[in-house]
Amino acid sequence: MVHWTAEEKQLITSIWAKVNVEECGAEALARLLIVYPWTQRFFSSFGNLSSPTAILGNPRVRAHGKKVLTSFGEAIKNLDNIKATYAKLSELHCDKLHVDPENFRLLGNILIIVLSAHFAKDFTPTCQATWQKLVGLVAHALVYKYH
Amino acid sequence: MVLSAGDKTNVKTAFGKIGGHAEEYGGEALERMFVTYPQTKTYFPHFDLSHGSAQVKAHGKKVAAALVEAANHIDDIATALSKLSDLHAQKLRVDPVNFKLLGQCFLVVVAIHHPSVLTPEVHASLDKFLCAVGTVLTAKYR
Repeated sequence: MVHWTAEEKQLITSIWAKVNVEECGAEALARLLIVYPWTQRFFSSFGNLSSPTAILGNPRVRAHGKKVLTSFGEAIKNLDNIKATYAKLSELHCDKLHVDPENFRLLGNILIIVLSAHFAKDFTPTCQATWQKLVGLVAHALVYKYH
Repeated sequence: MVLSAGDKTNVKTAFGKIGGHAEEYGGEALERMFVTYPQTKTYFPHFDLSHGSAQVKAHGKKVAAALVEAANHIDDIATALSKLSDLHAQKLRVDPVNFKLLGQCFLVVVAIHHPSVLTPEVHASLDKFLCAVGTVLTAKYR
């Protein structure tokens, strides 16, 4: 059973309220594909991923990044029940998408860096710790139904 | 993992822009690591780890100096950090997983203070560089 302090919940919701989900999602996914190029293996149907510029400008990457981060918002709405929130997505990532769970960890870390660049000094150490806890729990929930 | 010519240029340029702040960033990265990954504190039972600790700042300077040294000798990080590699293998024996945690925190600090420096390409190069440093420091573990 996950425990969130009132402070942690506040740090999450106050940051999230200021996040542009489309921009942030697009940037996070693009950086994942650029920084860890082997992650492109899941996106062979996305067209041109041949360079950082191509990836950053790729409309399918942008759209998918937005989709992924929008789904992240569901976790934030259900902080006390992230596992249940992601049960179906977990099955999907295992049975249909065949995604190695390590990739959830990588994307979570990239998201933290994108948030750091955006929020700068407001992304205090406690804020970072809270968000790393959140991305860790999201990653854990996504693996939960793996078999 | 091999650092390309482009990676090396990106790393040197990034450290050039960070300049004299590197020492301060070392301390901040350590503080963030202790807060975000409390298990890393187990390596510092002898330190005051409270916010603003002089010991953490001093240690951060050492860590940053090593990163700067590695960046300045990026064609042969193994030779540049050979003594540190011996130290980590024989005395400190920090579990290899922790270098990734500190690396993540260092990238966060760079992102916070120099968001325009951390383009996706530079982000990739710095991430590779930090991995390479971790690899060198753990190379003699067994």
